[in-house]
Amino acid sequence: MEAFRPQVDFIARHRVAAVVVFLSLFPLLVPYQALAVNILIFGLYAMGFNILFGYTGMLSFGHAAFLGTGSYGAGIAIVHLGWPWYVAIATGVAAATAVGMVVGFLAIRARGIYFAMVTLALAQCVYYVFFQAETYTGGENGLRGVEVGVIDLFGWRLDFVDPTVKYYVVLAFVAFALWFVSRVLGSPFGAVIETVRENERRAQACGYDVARTKLVAFVISAALCGLAGTLRALHLSIVPIDSLHYLTSGLVVMMCLLGGMGTFFGPFVGAATLLLIEETFTNLTRHWQLITGVVFMACVLFFPRGIWGSILHWIRREGR
Amino acid sequence: MNNFRISPDRRRVLLGAAAAASSPFWFNIARAQSDPIKIGFPVPLTGPFSAEAQGQERAAQIAVREFNDAGGFKGRMAELLVRDDKLNAGEAATRTLELIEKDKVNFVVGSLSAAVQLSVNNVTKARKVIFNSISQSDTINEASDWSPYTFHEALNPHMTAGAVGRYLFKNFGKRVAFLTADYAYGHEMVRGFQTAGKAFGVETLADIRHPLGTSDFSAFLPRIQALKPDILILCNFGRDLVNSVKQAADFGIKSTTRIATPVLLFTARLAGGADAFDGVVGGASFYWGLESSVPSARAFNDKYRKAYGGEVPSDYGALGYGGVRTVLTAVRNAGTTEADKVIAALRALKYDYYKGPQYYRACDHQSVQSVLILRSKSKNMKDKNDVFDIVSIEQPGEGNLRSCAELGHKA
Amino acid sequence: MADVNLFLLQLFTGLALGSVYVLLATGLSLIFGMLTVVSFAHGAFFMVGAYIGVYQYGVTGNFWISLVVVPLVVGTVGLLTERFLVRPLYGRGIDYPLLLTFGLSYVLIEIVRIFFGVQGIPISTPEGLRGAVNIGVGHFPLYRLFLIVATAVVVGGLWLFIERTRFGLIIRAGARDPEIVRVLGIDISRVWLLVFGLGTAIAGLSGILAAPIRAVTPEMGIPVLVESFVVTVVGGMGSLAGAVVAGLLVGVVFSLTSLYAPAFAETSIFALMALVLLVRPQGLLGRAGLMG
Repeated sequence: MEAFRPQVDFIARHRVAAVVVFLSLFPLLVPYQALAVNILIFGLYAMGFNILFGYTGMLSFGHAAFLGTGSYGAGIAIVHLGWPWYVAIATGVAAATAVGMVVGFLAIRARGIYFAMVTLALAQCVYYVFFQAETYTGGENGLRGVEVGVIDLFGWRLDFVDPTVKYYVVLAFVAFALWFVSRVLGSPFGAVIETVRENERRAQACGYDVARTKLVAFVISAALCGLAGTLRALHLSIVPIDSLHYLTSGLVVMMCLLGGMGTFFGPFVGAATLLLIEETFTNLTRHWQLITGVVFMACVLFFPRGIWGSILHWIRREGR
Repeated sequence: MNNFRISPDRRRVLLGAAAAASSPFWFNIARAQSDPIKIGFPVPLTGPFSAEAQGQERAAQIAVREFNDAGGFKGRMAELLVRDDKLNAGEAATRTLELIEKDKVNFVVGSLSAAVQLSVNNVTKARKVIFNSISQSDTINEASDWSPYTFHEALNPHMTAGAVGRYLFKNFGKRVAFLTADYAYGHEMVRGFQTAGKAFGVETLADIRHPLGTSDFSAFLPRIQALKPDILILCNFGRDLVNSVKQAADFGIKSTTRIATPVLLFTARLAGGADAFDGVVGGASFYWGLESSVPSARAFNDKYRKAYGGEVPSDYGALGYGGVRTVLTAVRNAGTTEADKVIAALRALKYDYYKGPQYYRACDHQSVQSVLILRSKSKNMKDKNDVFDIVSIEQPGEGNLRSCAELGHKA
Repeated sequence: MADVNLFLLQLFTGLALGSVYVLLATGLSLIFGMLTVVSFAHGAFFMVGAYIGVYQYGVTGNFWISLVVVPLVVGTVGLLTERFLVRPLYGRGIDYPLLLTFGLSYVLIEIVRIFFGVQGIPISTPEGLRGAVNIGVGHFPLYRLFLIVATAVVVGGLWLFIERTRFGLIIRAGARDPEIVRVLGIDISRVWLLVFGLGTAIAGLSGILAAPIRAVTPEMGIPVLVESFVVTVVGGMGSLAGAVVAGLLVGVVFSLTSLYAPAFAETSIFALMALVLLVRPQGLLGRAGLMG
């Protein structure tokens, strides 16, 4: 492993570029593009969640609220207001950020398991608000008709219905998000949130405003999940009510843990693994949930660092 | 399936394939000959309605087998690509994208929930692929969701509730209470009952909305008990129906009130048991007992029994057969798999495949068909499948549908 | 007068519903209070209990045998779960047992689907407890009255066990300070094993007790998990008395919302939970600082 040390370091220094290059080639490895787009979107969702769970050490069970708000924000902007798609994305992210501020403000008062429960309860309240607002959200039927059609990019016309075009448009946004997250984690703020995770009291003693740090981390996390939500609305051309369901909140925890919490690329590995397992086994057996459950339990028991976390750990140990 | 019998057509296909192997130039032509007619079939194979989904798949396979045994279409065999939509609209959209983009299906048939069918429809219409929905929804008929590529083989809530309502109000009284699952399906059913009720001067005592997926209905029942309505209509589906019927029976509501539901599911009755469901009245698009009066139902049941070890088809299962067979017949009639011509053939189709005469209405492609009124029984059952009596059949008629203008269609 | 009667019946229904919630939440609350393990498989154990009970009822035709068989079988499953799956995770923080049991619930649901099919199995109310009786303000199902008594017996028994026996004393001490208990020469891991087994046994028992009023399906545990969480969190995690008070409170809130604004019945209990957490984060009767 020592021989690869310079390469490993090089990749670690240019992690955003490395991930983007990998993701550009990714559709070649996946059975079909719609699945590849899903992996991008859920990877982004998990990455947003990871900022809170992996880096700040706060387990939220209500992140579906932000994914869903992002989706509905973008969807309503397109379907009911007739706004262009890029404005719709901004609207969705703004809506998710706003909901993130409110939920975060209320929830950071609680700690540990209570924090998880408060986020769950508040996310359920968000669910019911969107469920009841049938005129705008379609309620249980979901919001239909989130069509983008042809994107005109300075005279360059891109047909969003084309699956390959769709993948790379979504990837452009994901690449931006990756860059943003890398900057945040590399900044002093990134160091502070990790301090909060390791020892809250010490962080406080060092003079950091822990409550504010937590809130900012929460809001950044919500905004990224909201971005994932807006992209999902455009991808599926519908907003299903399940986006807000607590099982969607549970899913992101699974993805993050499976991939490796607190690692930069882990959430994407987790999302890809989980979706590919599902994809493979749903076509083979009706009882795919059995396999998902067993894999997940095995991960918790034997690979607490997650897949990517374990790989990183191995590389670092070998390299030493 | 006759796996080992090679039909003349297939032999030609094999020869073509051999030729293709030796000469690349012939490859495309051979491919066009052998290309199967692919029908994507997204249904919830896992989750609470997997029993219904399995019935849909089994019945659809019969339609495919029939078509292939009759030689297919110009040597092209039909193939059913079953996918699990997990009863989740997001998953259904992804699966439909997969079917269209990767598997290049010619048609999509399937779905078992309003949300899922609307989601599938949203994807298919943008890509100009024909979709024949086999589950209930009023919304899919409406101009904002509908497209020329949309067909609806199943009943819709308006037809079902109308037929059940007309039977109920005539026989059991005019004072009605609703216990309704709080989502589009439930609301559409209530609207259907109230529209039908106007002619009878029906009085709605209460319309109580319960959250979807309620497991304990006890808190909703005292009010209904106090109102003592003639009829209590449970506008909910599946597990909610089983729970609410069971618990309403426990509260002694049956002593003063007739319990009814728009869709009396075969599988829900099996899960709920004979005692709880005894005397409950409801509608259905199909019940196997129809075979005593309708020849096509007998023919379909026999095929199903033969294929699946004596089992009988369920209500939603039978729709899988109807939905696939109409599309395949239309391909043969149109002489092509090209969407626009198949649409024209479907619009012209008059068919009687398993329940009596049916056709697709011109403006919204809703299948005009009969509605069965069933009553659940707990005595004199011949076997485990003998659970309902057919008490009435409302014959097909466009008058029982919402008008085209009401749906927002021009014609 | 009719309105007053309706209100009283609704209130009573709420209390009866609350007692079902108490029953559902007790096992969860016990395990959390003693082990600080949040068992996401609680709903699945509940469901497994219902299935085993209904199966047994079908075989012997005697419902009451289930009340003995089910806790034993499900309790054994619980013991095995603790010994082989949960124990390796102690000391790794609260997330891991939670996530493990989340995975386990998937597995249990799927196993039941494989053995008993997907569409659920019917069960009729046991002989002698069928029908409704007049309780003065209206008719009320006899079986639900029986459930109130059953809940009281289970909770009362558990309370006596924890507060009045030597073993209960060890459990309480272990919950407060496992180190000291270990120093005193008591094998704390055996205590935790038994508590986990007891908690799952109660989950299974509540499954078969609730089976006659709820549809017995592989997914029946999912809403139960949510309901129990709300009750446990509102009452204060790990407080038995809290679970009782919160269960009844949640039942009454749900019932009265059902009368006046039925569509918001479910939202109301989540709103209640959010409210309690924001005003008193440790729950109504919970200890402050637990898991802080």
